[in-house]
Formats: sequence, C-alpha cells, structure tokens
Amino acid sequence: MAAFLVLGVLVVLPLASIVYESLRLGLGPALATFADPYARDAIVLTLLVALAAIVVNGTFGVLAGWTLTKYRFPGKAVLLTLIDLPLTVSPVVAGLAVLVCFGNRSPLGAWLEAHGVQVAFAPLGIVLATIFVTFPYVARETIALLNETGRELEEAALGLGAGVWQSFVRVTLPNARGALLNGLLLCNARALGEFGAVSVISGRIRGLTDTVPLHIEDLYNEDNLVGAFTLAALLAAVAITLTLIRSALEHRGRTRRAIGA
Amino acid sequence: MIPGRGIALAITMLVIAIFVIVPLSSIVLSMAGITPERFVSVAFSPRALAAYRLSLGTSLAASAFDVVAGVWLAAVIVGERSLAGRLLNACVDVPFAVPTAVTGITLVTLYGPNGWIGSLLARAGIGIVYTPLGITLALAFVGLPFVVRTVQPVIATLPREFAQAASSLGASRATILRRVTLPLLAPAMLTGFALALARTLGEYGSVIFIAGNVPFKTEIVPLIIVTRLEEFDYVGAAAVATVSLVASFVLLLAINALQRRLIRLRVAE
Repeated sequence: MAAFLVLGVLVVLPLASIVYESLRLGLGPALATFADPYARDAIVLTLLVALAAIVVNGTFGVLAGWTLTKYRFPGKAVLLTLIDLPLTVSPVVAGLAVLVCFGNRSPLGAWLEAHGVQVAFAPLGIVLATIFVTFPYVARETIALLNETGRELEEAALGLGAGVWQSFVRVTLPNARGALLNGLLLCNARALGEFGAVSVISGRIRGLTDTVPLHIEDLYNEDNLVGAFTLAALLAAVAITLTLIRSALEHRGRTRRAIGA
Repeated sequence: MIPGRGIALAITMLVIAIFVIVPLSSIVLSMAGITPERFVSVAFSPRALAAYRLSLGTSLAASAFDVVAGVWLAAVIVGERSLAGRLLNACVDVPFAVPTAVTGITLVTLYGPNGWIGSLLARAGIGIVYTPLGITLALAFVGLPFVVRTVQPVIATLPREFAQAASSLGASRATILRRVTLPLLAPAMLTGFALALARTLGEYGSVIFIAGNVPFKTEIVPLIIVTRLEEFDYVGAAAVATVSLVASFVLLLAINALQRRLIRLRVAE
C-alpha cells in the first residue's frame, strides 16, 4: 500500500498537475500555444537538433562498438572512460565547454566565424552541446552487446572470404541492431529535453535558437503558465512514450533470449 | 585477427577528441593567462564556497534518501509480480524520462504554497519552495531511478540460502536484514549512491525553478557558472567549472571501479 503512495507522489501527482495546469483555462487556450510561431519554431528546432544528435551518436556508437570490442589495443580502459565522461559532467559545464571552445573569443571560434560558420548562440552550438550530453548513450549499449558476442562470428566471416566491411555490415550490424535502437531511443529522449547545456550556448534568440525546453522556461518566467505547461505536457508525453517503447523492446528481447531464438 | 585496427581506432579517437576532449580541455585552456593565486581567489571565493557546500550537502542528502527509498522500492518491485508491481516498475523510469525543465516547473507548482502538496505542508508550517529542502527534494526525485535500477537486478538474484540458513538458526527478520541481506546488497547500494550523487551534483534544470537562487543561501554550483557567464565573467565561470569538472572525473573513476567490483561479485556468485 505504501508503494502506491510513493507512486502517487512520484508520478501520478506531477503528471496530473502538468495536465491540470495546461487545461486550467480550457482546451482552447492550451491549443493556442501551438498557434504561436515562436513555439512552432522551437518545436522544429528541437526536432532537428535531436535528429542531428541521433545521426552523429548513432554512427559513432556503431563505430565505437566495433573498435572497442573487435580489436586488442593498449589503453582501452582510458578510451572507455573518456566516452563515459559526459555522463557525470554537469550539463551547464558541457554547454560552457562548447561556448568556450567555439565562441568568438577562442581562436577556433574566431576562425570559424571568419569563414561564415557561427557556433555560439546559433543552432550549430545547440547541436554540439546536445551531442556532448548524449555522447555515451548509444556507444555504451553497442559496446556492451558486441562485447558479449565476441569476435568469433567476424573471424569466421573473414575466414570464409568476406572483407572487413562486408563482415561489419552483414555480421556485426545485424547483431548490434537491438542495442543500437535502445541507445538511439535513450539519446533521442535526452536530446529532446536537454535544458542546462543548451541554455548556456543558445543565447535565447526566439524563433532562431529557442528549443522547446528553453521556450518552456521563457513562458514560465512570463507567467504564461498555460503555455509553459502545455509544452511541458507535450515533452513529457513524448519522453514517456519513448520510455514505454524501450521497455517493450527490452521485454521482447529478454523473452526471445529466454526461449533461445 | 580482424584487419583495420589502425583506421578504426584513429577515427574513434578523432570523434571523441572533437566532441568531448577538445571542448572540455578548452575550459581549462581558457584560463591559461591566469596566475594560480587568481584562480584560487575566483574558484574559491566565499560565494563559490557557499555554493560548493550547498550543492554537496543537498546532493549527499538526496542520494542518501534515494538509497533508502530505492532499496525499498526495488524490493517491492521484485517481490510484487502482479500488475501493480509492473506498474510501479514502469513508473520508476518517469523521473529519468521527463525533461529536467518540465520536472522543475512541475515540482515548484506542486510544492509551492498554493500547490496540491505545498498547501498541505504550509498548513503544517513546512515551507519547501526556495529553501535547501526544495533543492534536496528535486535532486532526490531525479536521482531515485539510478539507485532502483542498480539495486533491482541484485535483489532479483539474491541467493536465498543464507537467509534461510540464518532463519533456521533462529535469527529474527531484523537480524537477517541487518547481518545477511544488507551486506549482500552493500556494493550495489554504494554504486547506486555514487550514480545518484554524480547526476545530482551537476543537476540544473529541475533545481533552478524551486531553488530561489539567492547567493550564499540557495545558489547551486551550476547556477553560479550561469550567473558568471551572464555577467560576461568567462574566467569566473571557467574556474568554478574546472572545480566541478574535477569532481565529475573523480566520481566517474569511482563509479567505474565500483561497477567493475559489482560485476565481479555477481559473476563470483
């Protein structure tokens, strides 16, 4: 019984309060949030940033999974630690890192700006900060899985005359599919909701560098609670759906392994 | 031997360098022209010291709370195989899944003086919003899934023989819990504690709405970095961020060591 009290305080009340605050003045004002062009721009930007993070981290995750499990080399533990580093770094420090590295005060940032590439206070900076905070998610999943499957299958493929690329595409990738999908879902959920890192690098230019989480803060600070909680409800619904998909996939994977298929 | 080691390793290291190492090291490099004395005076100014104390204190309290609540929740989930147990299991992921800014505005509304829970507590004379207690509450919320998910698989595979042997020798339930079960769980509890601590020390979005953000009183470390940046004090921001970065790195090494031990222990069983 006490468990249900915890459930209520932990999950039911917060989620109910988001919906309540959003619909406080009725459905009309809540839906009007989406008529605001700034809110629409924020939604589009957030989706694009998450897509970029998925592409980069997905590619890197597969590459890191292959490199760190199929070869022997010294310093592997160091490389693993460096991949994990963004997990414990504060999001604010992550945003600051991108700002200091690519801002116009740094030589690199000044050089990029001279060539017409703006990173700080621009969508590209938001993408870099988001990639940083979601960097380990896919790689951890693929490394863990490919570590379990070992090298024998690839070695057999090579022995049968396949090239490295062929054994990677035909043997390793299909094996890593589940881990890749799981990692991408995690990465996507975090990318859509990232706040701290993005708030440092964004510069908050409405219609240009305002993501949905940042726009929620703007609306909240302007006392537009209906708008803030409507967008919050949208983000929470997406995040929870992604989590449900992930646990459904995990459950299916476990049953399949259990029956040996 | 699979060919292609050189090129695969080179590209992997290049990607890690571009997206993680170069940005992080540029924080430290940005303070290249600063004397050690200046660094110390900026990184450990009275206001920064107050923030370190507050962040460390609230994170430790929240993580300790999460260990107790998390072990209990994990035990309930493992023991309860009904629909209710599965529902509870799914709910544990919610604080992890929901974006931090959403958590922030929701908690401040819920626990504010006019909120559903806050109004009840206000009648009892307890104020949560804009106090260190509010910060701890937000941190405990975001840290909880880390403990549950670390402890849960260990509880699920806990060997029953020891408890049964102890029981047959006349040990009470409390004694079994204290002398048999908890020692078996201790490594997982410690790992979960470290994971929650790492997450909560740097937490920003879920805290700033409920914290009040008053210097020396309710200003957490990530917020002081943001404040310095808004004042265009890049050196001040980088100095505090360096301290925070060192703490994250030490915690990561500790977590890795703990997790390796945890895996060894489970294999040994």
